[in-house]
Amino acid sequence: MSLVLLTPFDLALAAVLVLLLAAMSWYLHLGVERRLLIAAARSTVQLMLVGLVLKGLFAQTNPWLIGLMALFMLAVAGIEVLQRQKRRFRGPWGYGIGAVSMFISSFSVLLLTLTLIIRVEPWYQPQYLIPLLGMLLGNTMSGAAIALDTLTRGAWDARGRIEARLLAGGTWDQAIASLRRDSLRAGLIPIVNAMATAGLVSLPGMMTGQILAGSPPMEAAKYQLLMMFVISAGTGLGSVAAVWLGSRRLFDERERLRLDRLRDQGRDRGN
Amino acid sequence: MGALRLEGVRPRVLAPVNLTLAAGELVFICGPSGSGKSLLLRAVADLDPHAGEVWLGSEARSTMAPARWRQRVGLLPADAFWWADAVGEHFPAAARERSAPTRRASNPGEKFPPPAADSRLDGLLAALGFAPDVLDWSVARLSTGERQRLALARLLAQGPEALLLDEATANLDPGNRERVELVTAAYRAAHAAAVLWVSHDPEQRERLGGRQFGIRDGRLGQTEAVSADPARLEDRR
Repeated sequence: MSLVLLTPFDLALAAVLVLLLAAMSWYLHLGVERRLLIAAARSTVQLMLVGLVLKGLFAQTNPWLIGLMALFMLAVAGIEVLQRQKRRFRGPWGYGIGAVSMFISSFSVLLLTLTLIIRVEPWYQPQYLIPLLGMLLGNTMSGAAIALDTLTRGAWDARGRIEARLLAGGTWDQAIASLRRDSLRAGLIPIVNAMATAGLVSLPGMMTGQILAGSPPMEAAKYQLLMMFVISAGTGLGSVAAVWLGSRRLFDERERLRLDRLRDQGRDRGN
Repeated sequence: MGALRLEGVRPRVLAPVNLTLAAGELVFICGPSGSGKSLLLRAVADLDPHAGEVWLGSEARSTMAPARWRQRVGLLPADAFWWADAVGEHFPAAARERSAPTRRASNPGEKFPPPAADSRLDGLLAALGFAPDVLDWSVARLSTGERQRLALARLLAQGPEALLLDEATANLDPGNRERVELVTAAYRAAHAAAVLWVSHDPEQRERLGGRQFGIRDGRLGQTEAVSADPARLEDRR
């Protein structure tokens, strides 16, 4: 089996399908044609760029450049987590909580996977590191974003109940415990669902890729399993870290619920 | 079991407040809505960031764990919230234990024999007009007035040494208002608890006596001193 190379003409044919969809949206007044085209253009540019950058990275295997790329990916994931918050923390915390928890979880799980499970030489070999980190970050990002969003919105809505627990002589820990559980559960549900239905309806992306690239299906399935396990560990760790940091930040040293540390909804005032 | 002393307590909209309540003293605060009465009580309970210190007896608030402080200086908010489904889940476990044997006296599996006298919690609930089985009720079933009275029961069951009451009788009919006033007075007398009470009702302030403070232009000032008249409360019992 050999890899079927795609020509620009093949891609253009596929792009025509997107154009048709945009035309339909315009004809039916769905109003998404602009966003659809912009998104398609963005993904074209982004993926081409990433392809170029990875080509350069793979050729050199320079740990510093790889580190830079990893940090860039983390930085973008941090912004993405921030943007998915309805009520973000004010100041550097808004970005920091998401980024720090993703850093802790993704990078530790990544190191573990590369050095103990896959055992590539050197461990920072970019052909393994970059795609693995990408998948880890992408999933951790969703988990952390959902968990944090559930936490901050929940705290905002349940202020009276949380303060009632404080007034009943509860510590901040007890006052936020049930909300913390809900947030964690919300953050973990996507990956649990993904694992539960994996392969039944659609083949997971990574397995699809490997099969298209010519790997035997069993090998592809094993890699996919490995990824799902490490991703769920990473997502879990990331959500736990985000919820812990976030819930701690909701209270001050006198264990007062500080909703003033969250931004007002919809208003993007500075700090 | 100790005086409550506010020292330069400064909620968001008020000038610094200095106020000392002797052990067992009742002090009323009134003022137009939005003037900062509730904020003052929240500040004393340490729910909002603010400047100033509060002393309970000889102990400063800043030397005490926040949870411990809020348990000892109990705030009854104007709008009490319930975080669990059943009423009983909101009561301290120790108080529930004391109450349980009488409620389930027929249960043969019960380890402890029912105590001869009513436990303290049952007595408290009865004084507020509830049967002991109210602890099994669902919070969603309660009326506004029932919620308000049960919120007081919940607060007193945690054994505070000073009370901060925010409109404790605002939604109550005259009969239940009297119950709440009597229960509060009895608690104040039995535990020598200082009570800082925000009330809109001039008759209530007149009836119960005590020093009265009002808020004008962001300042707390004494409006009139009414000598406490415990005899009148006794009469109505």
